[in-house]
Amino acid sequence: MTNGTTLDMKAPALVMQEQKTNSQAMQAVQDSLERRYAAEKRFKLIGMGAVAVALFFLCLLFFTIISNGLPAFTETRIKLEVALSPQDIDPQGTREYNTLSTADYRSPVRQAVFDLFPDVTDRRGKRALFDMVSPGATFELRSMVLDDPNLIGQRITVEVPMSDDIDQLRKGHIDRNLAESDRRVKDNQIDWYDRLVARDLVVTQFNTTLFTAADSREPELAGILGAAMGSLFTMIVTLALSFPIAVAAAVYLEEFAPKNRLTQIIEVNINNLAAVPSIVFGLLGLAVFINFFGLPRSAPLVGGMVLALMTLPTIIIASRAALKAVPPSIREAALGLGASKMQTVGHHVLPLAMPGMLTGTIIGMAQALGETAPLLMIGMVAFIVDVPGSFTDPATVMPVQIYLWADAPERAFVERTSAAIMILLGFLITMNALAVVLRKKFERRW
Amino acid sequence: MAMTTATTEITGTAPPADDRSNQPVAFKTRDVCVFYGDKQALFDVDLDINENQVTALIGPSGCGKSTYLRCLNRMNDTIDICRVTGKIELHGGDIYDKAVDVVHLRARVGMVFQKPNPFPKSIYDNVAYGPRIHGIATTKAETDEVVHNSLKKAGLLKEVADRLDQPGTGLSGGQQQRLCIARAIAVQPEVILMDEPCSALDPIATARIEELIDELRDQFTIVIVTHSMQQAARVSQRTAFFHLGDLVEVGDTSKIFNSPEDQRTQDYITGRFG
Repeated sequence: MTNGTTLDMKAPALVMQEQKTNSQAMQAVQDSLERRYAAEKRFKLIGMGAVAVALFFLCLLFFTIISNGLPAFTETRIKLEVALSPQDIDPQGTREYNTLSTADYRSPVRQAVFDLFPDVTDRRGKRALFDMVSPGATFELRSMVLDDPNLIGQRITVEVPMSDDIDQLRKGHIDRNLAESDRRVKDNQIDWYDRLVARDLVVTQFNTTLFTAADSREPELAGILGAAMGSLFTMIVTLALSFPIAVAAAVYLEEFAPKNRLTQIIEVNINNLAAVPSIVFGLLGLAVFINFFGLPRSAPLVGGMVLALMTLPTIIIASRAALKAVPPSIREAALGLGASKMQTVGHHVLPLAMPGMLTGTIIGMAQALGETAPLLMIGMVAFIVDVPGSFTDPATVMPVQIYLWADAPERAFVERTSAAIMILLGFLITMNALAVVLRKKFERRW
Repeated sequence: MAMTTATTEITGTAPPADDRSNQPVAFKTRDVCVFYGDKQALFDVDLDINENQVTALIGPSGCGKSTYLRCLNRMNDTIDICRVTGKIELHGGDIYDKAVDVVHLRARVGMVFQKPNPFPKSIYDNVAYGPRIHGIATTKAETDEVVHNSLKKAGLLKEVADRLDQPGTGLSGGQQQRLCIARAIAVQPEVILMDEPCSALDPIATARIEELIDELRDQFTIVIVTHSMQQAARVSQRTAFFHLGDLVEVGDTSKIFNSPEDQRTQDYITGRFG
């Protein structure tokens, strides 16, 4: 009992002592808490600011490209009544392909244009008038006749493309208030154009040429298909070369190679290779593939080989990371069952690493799809008006086409440049989305 | 006083010592040393592993028991810096002989790992994988039979019979480990090595695995590494105590737990260290 009392007596003093130290500590915690929260808040603000800046520039980029590029998806056409007289096209009436394809389709178009404005009689006026119609009109008429020779002898109404300058005038890119000498469309042409509009002969259409033609000197006849096919052939070569080589290299280095100084050096150099400027790969391709092996220049085959060299390190690094991420327990399980090294890798490790490898490959391919510099070195920067049909045809690729169009002086190429960028970005976004989908779909838990 | 009590408690659940001391020997190992680079992990281990018995390897962490276990199916080969010297014979044949194919050896000596590691495939494919790669089962009917028998022996068939096509990774931890055992016995090995097979499992799952080990002993020679002395006492007939890379003592489980000869064994099993 006595004992208990003394204890009770002692206790409050002890508790008070403890409380005092506790409250001091709590005060210190309280003070530091405010500082810590302030630091957190500051960091959040900085982070949000950084994201906002990035988003702003991204939106600005997309807005500029899309607002510049959208008009390229429409084109201006004129309704003409063309008389396809047999004298002009097929005097003998043989309907042979050679005769029809080499016949004069220019005169009927000219005549049709002049018929619209009988008051224009002087030579210069007539030339200015005919300039309002694209040379593409002649080609379109020709292919119509070749498709259906029965048109010869008839009077048909066709919608043919107008020149890029009139197209730009219609889209409002040419300022009518400028002095006549400062603009590409002359006063008389503007006058004729307005009269054509008044007679309801000018129409705006979806621009299919952009998707069906290759490059051309005439903006209204230029399309992205040639470059897209060039890109496709190049990408096929790149994928066919880089994916198997890179996966084999990654699997060997990760699963089979002894870990010694030599493999370390190789590893460091693969990382170095990923940092080599791409134009150097172009020079290498020029020296080795074209000059030494004598492969054709400007060909998707060579372009694909050069880009394969460039993407190899990217895919190797991604593949090795994917292989490293496969848990060792899976390897042990297979080896413990008596699977050979090859079976372990082939049956278990590779399938598990494949999503990661594919992701790396697609990112590498997207990189290659957007690459320009090395292709300049091997001649894929040429002006090519045919859609390439094989791996050795001269070709160019989409980013190079963008570069070429951006370099062209005509106003109409500005919007086509942006349109091509939109198409290229579309491909890139699709590819990256595919990478995400693949990763999500084949990701397996273990 | 306290010491003796502890000892009795542990051995209280031990099965009566089997009279199998003159069993034929499966593994005969002499002067086994293992080096990781310059570091020696095992020192001159001489140990015989009897057929159709469960041999438990016990000892504190890092004592070399897992290293020793992995010598028996040459899993140490997969570690670049690892070097094994000495003689390890399985039924009289040196398994480190150049003529021995390691793939063939591992078909004879199966292994179950600490963490259940089923392949991310269906339950059926998990079990069928070994027989397929070794050509034990070639037709569908043969494979079906092997899979069913193995799952049955592993005591898993009832639980998974209706979902053999489901992923093995979807099973519970204990089921996964039994699936791994089924996968190992599907190859018809002579020996099964178990590296702490229950350390990631709850007590109920552990009890099931221990029962299973006891049943499997009739057909297979089993070597089990365990951290739990109770487990060693419950499932094994012979126990080997490792300490700092040395094989300190080996003998019948009841003898090791009741009257160990070495002071270190005594200290370890009474919980003085480890």
